[in-house]
Amino acid sequence: MSEQYVLHVNGNDHGVRDAWLGESLLYVLRERLGLTAAKGACEQGECGSCSVQVDGVLVCSCLVMAASAVDQAITTVEGLAAPGSPSDVQQAFVDTGAVQCGFCTPGLIIAAHDLLDRDTDPSELTIREELSGNVCRCTGYGRIIEAVQRVAVARRELS
Amino acid sequence: MTVEMPTSLADVVTALAERPGATLLAGGTDLMVEVNEGHRSIGQFGSSDHVIGLTRVPELTSFTVDRSTGTVTLGSGVRWCEIEREPLRSLLPALAQAARTVGSPQIRNAGTVGGNLATCSPAGDGLPVLAATGAVVHLLGPDGARDLAVTDFMTGVKRTAKAPGELITAVTVPLLTGWQGYSKVGVRNAMVIATASACVATDVPSRSVRIALGSVGPTIIRCTEAEGAAERAVDWDTRADPPSITIDGARHCARMAAAASRPIDDHRSTADYRRRAVAVMVERLLLRAFPGEVPR
Repeated sequence: MSEQYVLHVNGNDHGVRDAWLGESLLYVLRERLGLTAAKGACEQGECGSCSVQVDGVLVCSCLVMAASAVDQAITTVEGLAAPGSPSDVQQAFVDTGAVQCGFCTPGLIIAAHDLLDRDTDPSELTIREELSGNVCRCTGYGRIIEAVQRVAVARRELS
Repeated sequence: MTVEMPTSLADVVTALAERPGATLLAGGTDLMVEVNEGHRSIGQFGSSDHVIGLTRVPELTSFTVDRSTGTVTLGSGVRWCEIEREPLRSLLPALAQAARTVGSPQIRNAGTVGGNLATCSPAGDGLPVLAATGAVVHLLGPDGARDLAVTDFMTGVKRTAKAPGELITAVTVPLLTGWQGYSKVGVRNAMVIATASACVATDVPSRSVRIALGSVGPTIIRCTEAEGAAERAVDWDTRADPPSITIDGARHCARMAAAASRPIDDHRSTADYRRRAVAVMVERLLLRAFPGEVPR
């Protein structure tokens, strides 16, 4: 592969040119494609603020070599819902007050979507374990867990 | 710099033969930390600027169960998230326990058993289990394939017997008949690198007890003296199922295991604490394996 490649992000193809191929997916998303929902903090897979889905699998984008994600479907928070029409998880975070400084929020939103798409009725312990890779230093997690539980209940009532 | 993503093992071997100094990329959970922090030079300072990704190679990302030989062979690209779930969870319970303690769900969705072996950190969560169960590492290189006992494969802190141009294709783990478990001490419950870890794996038909320790030496330590003492201390002939050990017996063996550890003081803990943690973990694991005086 030469020093240019194409990433498939949120349903759109994005060309990446003149980039060092060792760059992380997080760096490319933020600095080259202008998709800033995924946040950069620890850059070593500890904090989860850079969480995205690659082919439907939740990963830390800081630990994905961007050039290795060619031909894969990358989903960021920007791809979950259109501006102005939040997803059910995003709305629940607002309604419960699960957002304080907001830095961890995009990672938590995509991790919560990932969890709720696999498990329609997660226990509190399951939610805590599944979100253990997303560090929040403001909320104490109570309202985040409440938000996830609210969505789980609402989705079950709809189905 | 180049990044290749081959889709067959043959293509990996060809790529590696052309570029024996290439960096192999599996889950990226170790490699990319080093790249992000500038500790790993790819294409700088004269190092090879080629990366060969292993995540799209079906031969590496799959596993097979062989009941006739009583083994599970995990491709090196099998991820922790697969090992912690069925069917592997029931087949390899201690490895599944270890898998569940690796990083976070995001890390377990990417990190692989082969990467754990290749990095060979003393704190690698899967490694004490692979050592205790007697796993065999399969390597493939320009001179063909070879197998090494995992304890021979791990030679030191982040050092292995893997030669340049070789890759880990798989690891074969024997299926044992008896209780097995993994225990890990760290500063918190989630997202933690082991301060000390231990695996006890038992095989009742062969009256065998295996004990391996992590994070308390340059690489994983098998405690052969403590294993022998445990095998003698267990009442194998009791009609109870599973067999039992006394609390005093378990404590004695655990002290021997602690004596076999070679911990150091570092930024994560002290040697004294680690030695103490080994004794506590091994005693608990032995009593879970052989509950006589205490319930499992």
